[in-house]
Amino acid sequence: MKSGFAYKNGFAYKLKSDVKKNTGLYILVLPALAFLILFSYVPMYGVILGFKEYDSLLGIMGSPFVGFDNFRRFFTGYYFADVMWNTFSISLYSLALGFPLPIIFALMINSVGNGKFKRTVQMISYAPYFISSVVIVALITAFFDTSTGVVSNFLRLFNPNASQNTLNSASAFKTVFVLSGVWQSLGWSCIIYIAALSGVDPQMYEAATLDGASKMQKIIYIDIPSIAPTMITLLILSMGNILSVGFEKVYLMQNPDNLASSEVIATYVYKKGLLSSDYGFGTAVGLFNSLINFAMLAVTNFVAKKTAGYSLW
Amino acid sequence: MHNAVAKNNGRSLNAGCPHLKRSKRKRMSRPDKIFTIVNYSFLILMLGVFIYPLVFVFSASITKPSEVLYGKMWLIPTSLYFDGYVAIFKYKDIWTGYLNSVIIVVLGTLLSLAVTFMAGYALSRKDFYAKKFLMWIFTFTMFFGGGLIPTYLLISESLNMYDSVVSLIIPSAVSVWNIILIRTYFISSLPQDLLEAAKIDGCDNIRFFIMVAIPLAVPIIAVITLYNVVGRWNSYFDALIFLSDPAKYPLQLVIRNLLTQNQINSLDPNVGILELESMMKVEGMKYGVIIVSTLPMLVIYPFVQKYFIKGIMVGSLKG
Repeated sequence: MKSGFAYKNGFAYKLKSDVKKNTGLYILVLPALAFLILFSYVPMYGVILGFKEYDSLLGIMGSPFVGFDNFRRFFTGYYFADVMWNTFSISLYSLALGFPLPIIFALMINSVGNGKFKRTVQMISYAPYFISSVVIVALITAFFDTSTGVVSNFLRLFNPNASQNTLNSASAFKTVFVLSGVWQSLGWSCIIYIAALSGVDPQMYEAATLDGASKMQKIIYIDIPSIAPTMITLLILSMGNILSVGFEKVYLMQNPDNLASSEVIATYVYKKGLLSSDYGFGTAVGLFNSLINFAMLAVTNFVAKKTAGYSLW
Repeated sequence: MHNAVAKNNGRSLNAGCPHLKRSKRKRMSRPDKIFTIVNYSFLILMLGVFIYPLVFVFSASITKPSEVLYGKMWLIPTSLYFDGYVAIFKYKDIWTGYLNSVIIVVLGTLLSLAVTFMAGYALSRKDFYAKKFLMWIFTFTMFFGGGLIPTYLLISESLNMYDSVVSLIIPSAVSVWNIILIRTYFISSLPQDLLEAAKIDGCDNIRFFIMVAIPLAVPIIAVITLYNVVGRWNSYFDALIFLSDPAKYPLQLVIRNLLTQNQINSLDPNVGILELESMMKVEGMKYGVIIVSTLPMLVIYPFVQKYFIKGIMVGSLKG
């Protein structure tokens, strides 16, 4: 009797009766589930390759295990320190500018009222988001060209002796990469904050005005608290991407002269793993990358939960 | 939740407008004056920063390449030159790439919309028993993945999609992030009563999804379509790793090869006349190519703009 009761409350039983009742919903969700299992979960199983020496004749499953050899090769490899440092520093650099600037920009746009000026600023600030990385990098190359580039000529006003191409210099690479990224995504990233800000009850501003609050005080005491949840969510999510410097733009901006500061995990995996067909090694580096990302996300989420009482899950 | 949405569509802002106007007519205090001046000046400066490169590219595309190359042109075209565009129209690879990109974007976006909206709707339903479990399965893939190599081996070897455009369409069909946005939209803006009423009329779940939920989801459809179209049009990585036949290359890969082959140092004495000539030819087309490849994306936005804020706003509320 008792066991029958437990059975009726079991997951499988309830699922079965729900499938009968809500058949349509299961049909609707099925394609997406199938795609995810095939293209996300099967590759997750494929990380086993990181512990193997890949042999194309034997396939992933047949290749012999080599334990942690691939990882050891990565950690003790010549490029390990550089690649890790570049990935971390570019990411943190992007985050240090790419996180607060859209918030500030959104607050500034929000405080100019609802007129034509606001719409124009928004409209134009979105435009760079629609440009591809291929085009962005072509533009950067043109603007920084040593002899003819607009930016190079401008920089020469301050430092007439600079003749070296900025893009070939390892020290300038990160700044150019990050600033061009900010240029491209600033307007777009602030949409979500502007959306959140437009949900603020106008009566709050009226009450603040009656109390004699200045514009700056309204921003600090009304606007920022209203967008704080959005800020925290986005911060946690970007911490979870700390080791994912996007491949597309970095790869295009790389040249032999700046490689010391432009080689990141994504490009390293592509070159070592894919181009040189060292699949086991590439998988190991990729797995290491995913694990760090996941750990960073979990840690940030934990800290946010403890300090701000806010969590993703 | 309902209340928040109603507040968010901007109408309630207008209701408060007369008051705001009255307070504006009052003289601004000194700190407010300074704030306003600084704010406007900064925004105008930013406007310039955003718009300058765009204007430069347009002007450069219709100015003689030699004048652009020697820095004579910095904002307004200093001469008129359309040979660049003429050369682009004759350059077959670009148009093959254009066609390939259009095919990839259209098919990829349609597939993606179908799959993500179906899942997003199902997961938005409170009475869907497997919802919690499935959401966990779905979101986990956002935070953890197999990485490049296993994915590459699966798609190109196990599934035999190497050198086929299918590899650019099918593996990227599902975006969990978009499913969450869609789900949040349905949860917060699809009235529960509608479903109850439809159930009484004997409408089943799939019919309800197609006949009722989808027509009410236009803003979020616009947003997700835009994300898909822009993302697919602009990416080149999948094509770089999965395609080997240049006739199948999408536009971004074509222009990447065209623009990067041109990075010969113009001051290098070893560069021959022939190379210089072909360089000048590409130099003349460069900015035109940028315009031609980016224009479709820039003209799309104004069409979806009116749905945009609403679509994003609902998605950004925590569901």
